[in-house]
Amino acid sequence: MARYILRRSGYMLVTMIFVAVIGFLIIELPPGSYLEFEIARLRQLGGDMAPEQIRALEVRYGVHDPIYLKFWKWFSGFVRGDFGRSFEHRLPVSELLWQRLGFTVLISVLTMIFSWVVSIIVGVYSATHRYTIPDYAITVLQFIGLSVPNFLLALVLMVFAQQVLGMEVGGLFSGAYRNAPWSLAKFIDLLKHLWIPILVIGASGTAWLSRVMRGNLLDVLNMQYVQTARAKGLSERTVIWKHAVRNALHPLVMVLGMSLPGIISGETVVAIVLNMPTTGPLYFRALLQQDMYLAVTFLMFLAVLLLIGNLFADILLAWLDPRIRFE
Amino acid sequence: MAEAETSIPIPEELVREPVSEVGQMSQWQLMRLRFSRNRLAMTGVIGLAVMYVIVFLGPFLAPNDYMYQNTDYIFGQPNSITFIGPDGRFSLRPYTYEISTVLDEQSFKFVFVENREKKVPIRFFVRGDPYTLFGFIKSDVHLFDVDRPQRFYLLGADELGRDMFARILMGGQVSMTIGLVGVALGIILGSIMGTASGYWGGLTDDIMQRIIELIMSFPTVPLWAALAAALPPISATFTALHRYFLITVILSLVGWTGLARQLRAKVMAYRQSDFVQAALAAGASDARIIFVHMLPNAASHIIVVAALAIPSMILGETALSFLGLGILPPLVSWGALLKSAQQVAVVVQHPWLMIPGVAVVITVLFFSFLGDGLRDAVDPYSI
Repeated sequence: MARYILRRSGYMLVTMIFVAVIGFLIIELPPGSYLEFEIARLRQLGGDMAPEQIRALEVRYGVHDPIYLKFWKWFSGFVRGDFGRSFEHRLPVSELLWQRLGFTVLISVLTMIFSWVVSIIVGVYSATHRYTIPDYAITVLQFIGLSVPNFLLALVLMVFAQQVLGMEVGGLFSGAYRNAPWSLAKFIDLLKHLWIPILVIGASGTAWLSRVMRGNLLDVLNMQYVQTARAKGLSERTVIWKHAVRNALHPLVMVLGMSLPGIISGETVVAIVLNMPTTGPLYFRALLQQDMYLAVTFLMFLAVLLLIGNLFADILLAWLDPRIRFE
Repeated sequence: MAEAETSIPIPEELVREPVSEVGQMSQWQLMRLRFSRNRLAMTGVIGLAVMYVIVFLGPFLAPNDYMYQNTDYIFGQPNSITFIGPDGRFSLRPYTYEISTVLDEQSFKFVFVENREKKVPIRFFVRGDPYTLFGFIKSDVHLFDVDRPQRFYLLGADELGRDMFARILMGGQVSMTIGLVGVALGIILGSIMGTASGYWGGLTDDIMQRIIELIMSFPTVPLWAALAAALPPISATFTALHRYFLITVILSLVGWTGLARQLRAKVMAYRQSDFVQAALAAGASDARIIFVHMLPNAASHIIVVAALAIPSMILGETALSFLGLGILPPLVSWGALLKSAQQVAVVVQHPWLMIPGVAVVITVLFFSFLGDGLRDAVDPYSI
């Protein structure tokens, strides 16, 4: 098992390096560099700039360095925690990053748990009640969950919460708590705001996972050992939960890694509509403003989160299924 | 994803078929039969066909040009239609009401009020804004319109007083094709990569699999957005149409991985099969084995994976344009239209701005029905 984990971690490190290469390419892709931006800003502040000043800036930012040197400078800085500067916010990227990333992780993990719990329960129910009216109703809901763009769902739920429930919507905190230090009251306030993002981000993943669960369980229920269990006179409850569901969970763990990108993608888009203090709004704003260091740092961290999530999924699967460890 | 069972079970009538007739049908005939008996799938096909016709006839069907800005009707609500004529009796000709602008004393905003006393007839096949249909038919005849100075807004107007109905139809031309073009490119990329990977195996396979894992380790929408942000701004040399094509390329660059993986598995399985071994023994070249023996066998599978990939591409474009990173003016798409509906306050006041979202949901639903139907049809022997 330890060897398996080690090997998988090795793979992950290699992938991370390639992720960094792609991130660097994305920084370099847009026409116009951060230097032009800086020059334009300095010009706006006052007067024209001497060619010497521009040259000094060019040397400082290494504009004429060969591409591999640029990459090395950026990458070695990145590993040490120096992610470059955000021109728009006039701050080092690292100061903008951590808190927002923290909320992203929190919401992603909660969404994951929510969608797993719901999809297992719903999947088992609709598999054991196949072709009944609740099963058809669930199927319709699943189709809708897969077809509604998540930001649209967020808007609709927010309108509903505001108009019908009379809630203050948007953000993760009410106005009074937004800048307050952490306390029990602030925590409770956070919980009150969390349900909309979790429901919205989890919707499509839950629809898909519960469909997978239903299919798996239907396959397993046809197997002979389930028949044997029934023939032994075990209660239906034991047959389903102890015998069938346990084996139907395997493919679900296998797609765990695949459902993560959806959650993280969904989180970034939904955060804009819901005005949440997570990575999404800052990331897309940075892209629109061509604030590339900030944008790429976020993108890299999202990718790293995904890689770690996938590693967990693989380890979980290897722990559940010994055959994988020796492949 | 395609392996997951997502079809709605349909009562199976195939069982009642006399066995002899089934034996005389080809594989493709069986698939077609099975597909045409799937009511949901047929709903999807017919629904999509109708929608494509509607959006491409858009300039003719909508009374106003999608770019026409009416500063007197900013955020104007949809006009109502009545079949009661000015004489108070039922008439076949629909009527709408005269619109007047009134200052709301409470909010100090201009609101639009329908004058219930003054009815305006809606006329059919009348001349109005000029347009070009399918890129070459020039005309100015619209299916319906009202007499000037009034203009008719079936689904209300946006923040610049432009006709939402016309914009939704024009946006449909982009939103309903971008997924198809993206998937077509994805099929080409995915087929080449997947076949090569599965056929030659070894180092080729290892490298391909690592590349696929690498692409899959990025969250899709943020990666699409980052690539789209790198596109140059709209200018004389880089038009909105160029951007449209590059957006489809970006969508497919990320979207081919699923198909490549599935095709690789198929090709690997075929490699072991008797017919490929026989072809090898007969001295067939690699190209012949791939193009004559393997790809035709995998064709139905490729079609299914492609059809199931269309919804996520459409949703991807919608999200990108919604964020302002996808389709840019003068082109419109449903996502770009939804951009005006980002705030709850706006949506509560002007709910008609959400209608493009309904169009997205319906289209994606129809494509899902179609994809599921295809997947069930591909295996005509299963019960």
